[in-house]
Amino acid sequence: MYVAVKGGEAAIANAHRLLVDRRRGDRRVPALTIEQIAGQLALAVDRVMAEGSLYDPELAAMAVRQSRGDLIEAIFLIRAYRTTLPRFAASSPIDTGRMLIERRISATYKDLPGGQLLGPTFDYTHRLIEPDMAEDGFVAEPARRDPGETGPAPRVTDILGDEALIEGDGRDGGGEPADLTRSPLAFPATRDLRLQALARGDEGFLLGLGYSTQRGFGRTHPFVGEIRIGEVEVEVDLPEFGFPVVIGRVRVTECQMVSQFTGSKSEPPQFTRGYGLVFGQMERKAMSMSLVDRALRADEFEEERRAPAQDEEFVLAHCDNVQATGFVEHLKLPHYVDFQAELDLLRTMRAERPTAAPPTEEPAAERDGSQ
Amino acid sequence: MADVSSNPDPAPSAARRRAVSAFAQADAGFLEAAWQSLGEGRTVGALRGPESGLVMVRGRAGGGGAPFNLGEASVTRASVTLDDGAVGHAMVLGRDARRARFAAAFDALWQDETMREAIERDVVANVEAALAEADAERRSETEATKVDFFTMMRGED
Repeated sequence: MYVAVKGGEAAIANAHRLLVDRRRGDRRVPALTIEQIAGQLALAVDRVMAEGSLYDPELAAMAVRQSRGDLIEAIFLIRAYRTTLPRFAASSPIDTGRMLIERRISATYKDLPGGQLLGPTFDYTHRLIEPDMAEDGFVAEPARRDPGETGPAPRVTDILGDEALIEGDGRDGGGEPADLTRSPLAFPATRDLRLQALARGDEGFLLGLGYSTQRGFGRTHPFVGEIRIGEVEVEVDLPEFGFPVVIGRVRVTECQMVSQFTGSKSEPPQFTRGYGLVFGQMERKAMSMSLVDRALRADEFEEERRAPAQDEEFVLAHCDNVQATGFVEHLKLPHYVDFQAELDLLRTMRAERPTAAPPTEEPAAERDGSQ
Repeated sequence: MADVSSNPDPAPSAARRRAVSAFAQADAGFLEAAWQSLGEGRTVGALRGPESGLVMVRGRAGGGGAPFNLGEASVTRASVTLDDGAVGHAMVLGRDARRARFAAAFDALWQDETMREAIERDVVANVEAALAEADAERRSETEATKVDFFTMMRGED
C-alpha cells in the first residue's frame, strides 16, 4: 500500500530561520561585508567562480557568505543563478600570451625571457600559523621594482616549440567548441569538451586524480613547463559594432604541464603536454587539470588506458561537484517507501528460508505503520 | 555577425573600437561625471536594456590551439539613442547597469564628430591612462618578486 505523507512545513520554515541565525552568528560581532570576502578570502571566491563556471567576484562573494563558507554550496548557488540569465555571446578566445602577469614560474627553464616571477605565493612559507592572524595588525606595502622596458613574456611552450622537441598547441579546426551546458556529455569526448568539464570540475577530485597519475596510475612523468597567473582582456565580437571590443578583464591561472613520451608509429619521441586553465588564482587546480588533461589524451599517444585518470567517462562523469553532491546528498531525503519495500522483501526472504532459525522476537506491528 | 567588410573606412572603426573598449572598462562614477560636462543637455533614451546576461569566455587548448569553453562571465549590455538619433551600444563585464548605460551613451556621443576630440581627450585617454597606471604598479610589485639567480662556484676548477 502506498501512503502519501505530508508534513514538515513549519519545521522547514523554522530550520531555515535557524540557518539564517547561525549564519549571522553572534550579533555583537560585525557582519562580514562582500568587499571583505572578495578582498580577503579572494581564493575562496576564485574557487567558487571557477567551479561555479561564472566569473563575477561580487556574486561569488555573496554566495560564499550565504553558504556560510561551504564552497560547494556556494558553487551550487552560482550554477543556479547562471541558469536564470540569457547568454548574449561567446568571447574571442583569451590570449594568455598577452597576460598582465602577476606570477609566472617555470620548473623546466631557469633563465626564461621575462624571468621567474614568484608573485603572491604560499610557496616557501613555513606553513606556521602566524600569531599576527589573531589581530588586525600593520601590513607593509609591497616592495616595488622598476621592470624597465618589458617585452611580452612568451609562453614557455612557444620557446621550446622551435626545436620541435615538444608538441605544438594543435590546430584550430575552426568549428564551434563543444558546450556541456547546452548538450549532455557524450563519449568518446573531444578535447575541447574535456577541457571545459575539467575547468569547472572539482578541485579536490582533480587533485586526487592528478596525484594518482604521479603515483603510477597512468604515469606521465610530468614537469611544470610554466604556470602563469594574471589578467587577460575579454574581447567580444558584437554584431552591433562589427568588430571585437574589450568588455573587461578576467584573472586566470594557466598551467603548461610537459610530459615524456617515447614516440609512436607516426610521431618521433618528443615532449607532450597537458593543459590547465581556470578562472581566478587557482594554481593547484590548474596543475591538477593539466595532469588529468594529459592522462586523458592516452589514445593520441597509443597509451594503454588502465588507470582511473585515463578513463574519460570515469573522470568527466564524476568531476562535477554539483552533480556529485546532488546525487550523494539526495540519499538523506525521505526514502521511507523504498525502505519499507526493502524491509518487506527481507522479511519475505527470511520467512521462506527453510532452515532459518525461528526469530527470537516478533517484529512490533506498530512499527510498520509509523512511516 | 555583421559583415566587417561592409564598413568602407577601417580607421573610424579602429578608433571606435578603442573608445568603446575604454568606456567598458571605466568606472561608472567617472563616466557619469564626464557625461555631466560632455553630454550636457542631451537626453539619453533607452533602446535596449540595460540588461544582465552572460558571455561564454573561451580559451585555447595549450594556449594557442583549438578553442574551448572556459566558463561564463556576467555581463551587462545596453543600447541607447540620443536626441539627434545617434545610437550607441555597450557591453561591460559585471552587473553594473549604470556603467553599461553611460558607456553606451558615450559610444553614441562619440559618433558626433564635433564631440569626438573632447571625448578622446577627456574620457578615452583618461581611462587608458588610469588602466596603464594601475598596470604599471602591478608590474612593479610583481617585478620585485623576480628571482635573481646567482651561481655558486664549487671545487677548484
